Amino acid sequence: MEREHVLVALVEDEPGVMQRISGMFTRRHFNIDTISVGHTEKEGLSRMTITFWGDDKKAEQIIKQLNKIIEVVKVTIMESDSIQRELALIKISTPDENARREIVQYANIFRAKIVDVGKDSMIVEVTGNSGKVDAFVKLVNPFGVKELAITGVTAMSRGSKPQENGK
Amino acid sequence: MKMRGAKAMLESLKREGVDVMFGIPGGSVIPLYDEIYDSDIRTLLMRHEQAAAHAADGYARVSGDVGVCISTSGPGATNLVTGIATAFLDSSPIVAFTGQVPRSMIGKDSFQEADSVGITMPITKHNFQFYSVEEIPYTIKKAFKIARSGRPGPVLIDVPKDVQEKEADMKFPKDVDIKGYNPNVTGHPKQIKKAVDLLLSAQRPIALVGGGVIISGASKELMDFVEMLGLPVVTSLMGKGAFPEDHPLALGMIGMHGRKAGNFAISDADVIIAIGCRFSDRTTGNVNCFAPEAQLIHVDIEAAEIGKNVPCHVPVVGDAKQVLKEMIKIAAVKAKKHPEWTAKVKQFKKEFQPKMDYDDVPLMPQRVIKEIMEVISGDDIVVTEVGQCQMWAAHFLSRTKSRTFISSGGLGTMGFGFPAAIGAKIAKPERNVIDIAGDGSFMMNCQELATTVVEDVPVVVAVMNNHYLGMVRQWQELFFDRRYSGVDLGEVPDYLKLADAFGANGIRVEKPGDIREAVKEAFDSGRPTVIDFVVKRESNIFPMVPPGGCLKDIIEG
Ligand SMILES: Cc1ncc(C[n+]2csc(CCOP(=O)(O)OP(=O)(O)O)c2C)c(N)n1
Ligand SMILES: [Mg+2]
Repeated sequence: MEREHVLVALVEDEPGVMQRISGMFTRRHFNIDTISVGHTEKEGLSRMTITFWGDDKKAEQIIKQLNKIIEVVKVTIMESDSIQRELALIKISTPDENARREIVQYANIFRAKIVDVGKDSMIVEVTGNSGKVDAFVKLVNPFGVKELAITGVTAMSRGSKPQENGK
Repeated sequence: MKMRGAKAMLESLKREGVDVMFGIPGGSVIPLYDEIYDSDIRTLLMRHEQAAAHAADGYARVSGDVGVCISTSGPGATNLVTGIATAFLDSSPIVAFTGQVPRSMIGKDSFQEADSVGITMPITKHNFQFYSVEEIPYTIKKAFKIARSGRPGPVLIDVPKDVQEKEADMKFPKDVDIKGYNPNVTGHPKQIKKAVDLLLSAQRPIALVGGGVIISGASKELMDFVEMLGLPVVTSLMGKGAFPEDHPLALGMIGMHGRKAGNFAISDADVIIAIGCRFSDRTTGNVNCFAPEAQLIHVDIEAAEIGKNVPCHVPVVGDAKQVLKEMIKIAAVKAKKHPEWTAKVKQFKKEFQPKMDYDDVPLMPQRVIKEIMEVISGDDIVVTEVGQCQMWAAHFLSRTKSRTFISSGGLGTMGFGFPAAIGAKIAKPERNVIDIAGDGSFMMNCQELATTVVEDVPVVVAVMNNHYLGMVRQWQELFFDRRYSGVDLGEVPDYLKLADAFGANGIRVEKPGDIREAVKEAFDSGRPTVIDFVVKRESNIFPMVPPGGCLKDIIEG
């Protein structure tokens, strides 16, 4: 059965590691939906969250192929109860006062933030799982979305146990 | 210890046990070659970088050690690419050094700058660029460790020119820790037990052996295990030699040009134990009808190979030798045999003996192979090019020992055989080395005759001269209405003159009665020799499983 998978890879912070990983996906016709990268609590280790669509067999192959990459230290599949967040910045047209007011109301409901207000547009920052972010974007779409930036998913499993680093 | 980068490279190589390298210099590796001038590492000057990579590969496959090749930046590095990819697909440990423009010039499209690391990323197990002078001993240590451990493979190190020239205080580590790299050698005991239990419950079990058994040095364990359980053995192309093909349990190579007995036996099996093989499409045929009734036990050091191409019931991740040892311990207590199955397999073997004793003029390739097989000893090394020649050798020429059959399996690289034979002969100078070649393949690296003559590497090239790109012609004959498009090589060159031009030995053989003497003469001459076997132009390699067909759908010709 095909579904969305979220995996987290701890990788050594070496030049070329992004290219190795994205190259592996391309070469084997595995498609990445979103990818996000950043530092971790440990110096020299980066954390990547990758989401992709496919059945479990494909997910297993992807994990194994990732593990072959020398700089990949640990790969974990995120269970569905894990914390998954995206951040979106949305520049929305606000032709009049009404539009502005409505958007502020929606933002409040979504606990989104107004981070910039211009003459005829504003930027809203919304954080949440992909479903929430998508829903917000859909909601404000009729006003005219001038620009949209989404980070891609970042994820963490629940509980006190950290993701160990070591294959 | 304060020294130049280039010197540190050679020092590191010596510490890794390197005593021979293959390469061609150029602007960006002149400082390295300057150190080579004083070094006691023998560095053969090849005539094409592709050949340098294949020679390193051939050396690695025969010796089991890492082979080393060197090129300059840009075109030198790109010329290595085919050789690196060839080693990658067959899990052969080589370390390739490519020169690079000085660090200050990188990224400026400088003269002979190419992104060697980027280009070779998908065809190396790993690759590096030296970012500093001090890191040289560490990075080289890492490179060799990665190349030779776990599932071996090629590693490339890109070496900016200024790093070779600058001095630094060098420390040479005994070992290095590579955080994300820790190959799993020891098979899980539970999985091993499960595997043996499944095998013991089988009615029609069979072992499928790949190149991993050779790499692991597990031939003896394999023998003990299959004899204990009376398991018939088939191999992939890469597994040829891991198990003696003259053994009563041996059914030979399976696959597109496999032995019929092997193809039939594995198709009828109910349990397969596959060891160190990756289920290439040339081995399995159409996977949807591959061994339809079988449950699969797959032993491999590379977890990613398990379940990749065919579904696996009992995965065992580990080194073949270690896993087999454990399996023997368990199986020894409960071993049982399968007289009915054994009888059936014997029947297959008897029924499907390959025919080789042709007397035709021009020669039939099968006859040439037969005579070569009878002249060489078990320790002698057979290398092949790619095409019909390769499959004639793989199908008809039985081998009994590991590392005596060297062929480009995964990439199928024409031009591999001759330079790989050079590497093989350097690794084992006391043995005879013969390259079973096609005329098309030999032409792709025949410039290396110069290397064999100048460096005195007496290998024998047996050209199966059909004046065709025969394998492609065969497909056109069978599947494209005999429309021979782009396959006729014409009547050139004259191989005697070609050999002569390089100062090598040339022999032409037209009659079956002369084959044996020619091969003996070539070996005895102690000189590089080209034998021009004039074979029937449109001879084919049969049996054949057509592309997309099942292993039992055999065309006999
Ligand atoms: C570098 C390379 N180019 C093209 C091919 C495709 N190819 C496979 S077999 C073959 C013909 C080989 O001809 P030859 O070496 O004369 O061997 P023969 O089949 O005639 O025995 C070709 C062109 C290849 N395998 N490798
Ligand atoms: Mg030919």
